[in-house]
Order: sequence, then C-alpha cells, then structure tokens
Amino acid sequence: MELKTDGYRLDRTLETHAEAEGLRGEIHGRHPMDDLLRTDRLPHIWCPGCGLGTALTCFLSALLRSGLDLDKVAVVSGIGCTGRVAGYVRLDSFHTTHGRAIPFATGLKLGNPELKVVVFSGDGDLVTIGGNHFIHAARRNMDMTVICVNNFNYGMTGGQAGATTPVGGITTTSPYGNYEYPFSISALAAASGAVYVARWTVLHARRLERSIVEALLKPGFSLVEVIAPCPTGFGRRNRLRQGLDAMHYYHEHGVIQHGADPVKTDIELEGPVIEGKFVDGEKPTFLEQYRRQLDRLRGA
Amino acid sequence: MSKFEALAGNEAVATAMRQINPDVVAAYPITPQTSTVQTFANYVADGLVDTEFVTVESEHSAMSACVGASAAGARVMTATSANGLALMWEIVYIAASTRCPIVMGLVNRALSGPINIHCDHSDVMGMRDSGWIILFSENGQEAYDNLIQAVRIAEHPDVLLPVAVCQDGFITSHGMERVEIYEDADVRAFVGEYRPQWSLLDLEHPKTYGPLDFYDYYYEHKRQQVEAMQHAHRVIQEVAEAFNRTFDRDYGLFEPYRLEDAEVAVVVANSTAGTAKVVVDRLREEGLKVGLLKPRVFRPFPAEELAEALAHLKAVAVMDRSISFGAMGNAGPLFLELAAALALRGVRMPMADYVYGLGGRDILPREIESVYRDMLRVAETGQVERMVTYLSVR
Repeated sequence: MELKTDGYRLDRTLETHAEAEGLRGEIHGRHPMDDLLRTDRLPHIWCPGCGLGTALTCFLSALLRSGLDLDKVAVVSGIGCTGRVAGYVRLDSFHTTHGRAIPFATGLKLGNPELKVVVFSGDGDLVTIGGNHFIHAARRNMDMTVICVNNFNYGMTGGQAGATTPVGGITTTSPYGNYEYPFSISALAAASGAVYVARWTVLHARRLERSIVEALLKPGFSLVEVIAPCPTGFGRRNRLRQGLDAMHYYHEHGVIQHGADPVKTDIELEGPVIEGKFVDGEKPTFLEQYRRQLDRLRGA
Repeated sequence: MSKFEALAGNEAVATAMRQINPDVVAAYPITPQTSTVQTFANYVADGLVDTEFVTVESEHSAMSACVGASAAGARVMTATSANGLALMWEIVYIAASTRCPIVMGLVNRALSGPINIHCDHSDVMGMRDSGWIILFSENGQEAYDNLIQAVRIAEHPDVLLPVAVCQDGFITSHGMERVEIYEDADVRAFVGEYRPQWSLLDLEHPKTYGPLDFYDYYYEHKRQQVEAMQHAHRVIQEVAEAFNRTFDRDYGLFEPYRLEDAEVAVVVANSTAGTAKVVVDRLREEGLKVGLLKPRVFRPFPAEELAEALAHLKAVAVMDRSISFGAMGNAGPLFLELAAALALRGVRMPMADYVYGLGGRDILPREIESVYRDMLRVAETGQVERMVTYLSVR
C-alpha cells in the first residue's frame, strides 16, 4: 500500500546513484594519468578553478619520474578536499581522520620500512588540526614526503578560517577579516627540522613536479608546500574570484628565491609569494638514528 | 511579538545563540554543524552579540577553551558533530566533572569509519555516560527551543552540568522550515544573567579547578555528579513549564502522540518522529490503534515516566539510529535502556528494536509503517519473532 506523499517519490536516492554509475563511461574520457587513478571514483569532487588537479598531476608525474617502485608507494591523506587524493590514486592508500595523516603514516612506515610513504593533504588538516603531528614528524626526521596543498582556508566545509588564513582574509568564520597571525608552512617545517622544504604555486607546475621528485628521493622528512587557488571557499571572498585570477596573481606576485630564509616566507593577503627550494640538507633519519642507537646498545 | 521565519535547523540554533548572547563561543568547522557557527560568525561581525568568538585549531581545543572560559565564569557555547565530538572526548568528560554549564549544539552525524557525513546517532550515543544532559529535537523549532532551555537547565545552581542539544544532521540542520522566533528581549529575560558561584576571576576567593583527586575525594565528586543528574530531572521539567508558560509550548520529558488509547507504539527520537507521526495518522484512519512516543530528554533517562506512559500498551517497538555493538542482541542503546526500565518496573510486554537510517540511509514512511504492522501482529500473538531488525539494510 502506498502512503500519501503529495506527488513526491521518496525512494529515488539509490536509483539516482545507480543511474550516475551507468553514465560514468560516457562522461569520463581517458586521461594520460588514468593508469594511476581510480577512475571508478571519478569525476572528482573538486570545483572548477581548484588547484588540486594540477597538484595531483604534478605528484603523479613526479612519481613516475622518480623511478620508485609503485608497489612500494603508499599515499596517506587526512580530511578535506585535498584529503580526497588518497581515494583517487591507484596506489595503496589510506584516508585517515582529520589531522591524523602523519601519525598514521608514521605507523605505516615503522610497520613496513620498505615503503615510500607520501602524505598528501591540506593546510587545515596538516598544520591546523594536525599541526602537532607535523612538527613532531619533522623533528624526528621521520622518513616521509609530505605534500601540503595550502589554499588558506577549510575549503571542504565551506571556507572557514584556519591557521594559514592571512591577516585580513575574509572567510565564513572571519567575515570581519581574519586578525590572527598565520603559519608559514615552509617556515614551520624548516624550524622543526625538515631536511627538504620547497614551495611552489600550481602555476609553476614543472618546478613543482621537479621538487616533488627531489622530495620523494630524499631520505628523511621532506615537505613540498603547494600554493593553490580555492575560488569557491577563499578566492571569491578575497578578490580572486576565478581560478584564473589566482593564476594571474601567482604570475605577477610569485618570486622565485631558492635558498630563501624560510622565516621570511610569510604569505600575506597581498604581496609577494616567495617560492623555491628553501632547505635541502642531510641528517640521519629517524630509522637511521634508531638503528644506530640499537647497534650502540648491542655493542656492535 | 514573536515572528515566523524560514530557517534551516542550524540557523535556528544560531539565532538562539544570538539571542542568548553568550560570553564565549569556541568552535571548529565540521559538517553538518558548520552553518551554525558560520551564521553566528556573521552575528559577531555585525556586532549583534558581545561574544568573544574564537576559531580554534581543533575540537579538542574548542572544548578545552569552553571549559577554561566556563571556569572563568563565562556563559559558554559551542557546536559540533560526530568526529568533532569524538575528538573532544577527553574534555567532554572534564566539562561535566568540573561542572561547567556549557551548552553545545550537536548536529548528529555518523561516526567514522568508514567516513560518512550523514545523519545517525552514533556520535551522541557515545557520550551517554559522560555526565552531559542530552536533549533531542525533532525539528528546527525544537532545536531552537531546547537550546534556550538548555542554558537555564545547565546553569541552575542545583545542576551545573553541560547540556548537548541534538538535531539530525542535514535532515533538520539543513532543512528549511517555519520556525517561530521569539522576541530577543523575551529570550534574554528567560535565560537571565549567568551568575557563576565559583568563578576563577573572583580574586577575593581564589579557586582551583581540576587538581589531582585520588581515592580521597574522587568518589565523592562522582557521587555529586549523580546528585546533579537527579536534580536535572526535576529542573528540566521546571524549566520546561516556565518555557511553556512564557512561549506557549508543550515541552516535557518526552512527547506522546496519540498514545493514550493506543495498543501499539513506536519510540523514536529526533526527525524520524516527525515522519512517524504521519504514519500514525495514516494508520489511525484505518482504525488501527497506534501511537508514538518521542523522547526529548535522554540524559537523565526518565525511566519511571517512560514506563508509566507505555504501561498500557500491548507491544512497543523502539527505533534506534545507532547500534551498541556487542550489547545484548547487538541492539540499539535506546532499546536496551528502555527495555531495562520497563522490566525493572514490572511492565511486561513484547518489545522489538528496529535499527534504521545508519549513515544517513533514508527512512521512508512505508518502512515505519512496516514496523507498526509487525508490532500489531506481535500484539495479537504476544510473540516477538526477532528482537532486533535492521531496517532497509541491503
């Protein structure tokens, strides 16, 4: 017996999903990176003008160029738009809880030291709610590559202020303009002990890709900060309405300064975006330190 | 004069927050709570409240800041959902045990994993032993009304416990409905000024919160929390009576719907109770004696009143939007507690549990109707075939 529903059908949700599955083949063509993507999870959720597609493509190209054995690469993400990467890559991957990608990755690396562990997540996830883990993994020189896409807000939840929002930035939780001092992610990593720190905007895709290759091949804690537009969450409230506006902005304001003092790389609402390779050093990694200490104690 | 507005549940809660005008709000974004705090941030920006609003770096910090502010003597509010509440965990217990009358808008969402942003009650059910008062709301109006009452309940000198006001994620938090908004002055008069008795900012009488408390007094402090909960049972009803008089409403410990002459009833909380009322009306047209009981107060659990309200039935079904894994029959928490409450009071009748809507799975009128038809059969035979049914699981 049907209940009165005023002409509405109530049980369409699952049918609609099924229809969308059927259409997938038609709406999604081939892409050169398809072999490295879980195409059954596409189309992705990212908005037009978002920088995440470029960041992901750079990562995948870098991965191929690095020559790493893909069977031994694991990708860990936290929560947020960037966090979706773990679900899109056709690699072993782990989509963790908000802020905890790095401790999950730490466990993964220690459980299987042969793995190359890559953390791919956003600024809200890695340096706001998960900031504590970020500095401690860098302090330990834990063997992992962290790719942190910085779009200066919590994009997925609708554009709220976070620890990277520049002073004056308008967000949904700072409609009066943010007045808190933000973190410079690169400076934070460098100060905490990272052996490799680089920053690029998604406009500088080739350089970004090259930096990711270097970071992937670097023993210890390496960080690549990717500056990316978020027109939906951040840009449209801060005079960068379209993704293209942000690209123009990066073109005009990007200043390549390899070896720049990370302390002087703050990104303000308007002003230069200092990019380049800031740190490229050597020091024993967590696992090397650990093994060295074990040998010492055993009298080897 | 009150006025009617078209508001989503989260906006209704934010409106109540504006009218209450708390001293401090500390929050972190999480779906589907976000629009509560975003809307409130606009009130801060527009100078409509005097609140110190801080966008902290995590929910653990949000609840910590709330406890700090509350200990300082402030009226404090926050809002969260699911994993946000889970991350607050340590401080959720501390808020209750240090007797901080914090009020939280809790937009119910499934707790990971796997990750899911849609509605169920696994988040709030985890906090049921934490010492918080827990109120359920069927719709935006009730979330708004409950939030206003929550302030007075929490701050009552006999209670001094935090209160969580629940509503269903997306279903009511983002569903726009007609909400009656009272005069700002009336709401402010109703909640009154908060006069903390043991404020940290009272320099004449310095206090310490949260020091070590071993086998000497920890037990007594826990016993005091029990007493506060016992008082809350009375205070919640007193506040409801005052609220009903002031704003012409009808709040109690729970809402009975066509229950008086019913033979079979369903007990279900939050938004699904609204859908169930439609089903009750429909079945009543067929002459079937069915009713509904919608719990409003889950903590403190009004066992005696519930047993009394249900005693005349021939069969009762509970609908649970969460599972207590490994508990008796892997049933839901509401069923387990209600079954114990009835049994201990000698109210014997066939009971069954229907788990539904996990992770936001739609619950349709015809499914609720199937529950009623099951229970009508049970009422006839006196036999429950299955104690726990997982509705519409594939």
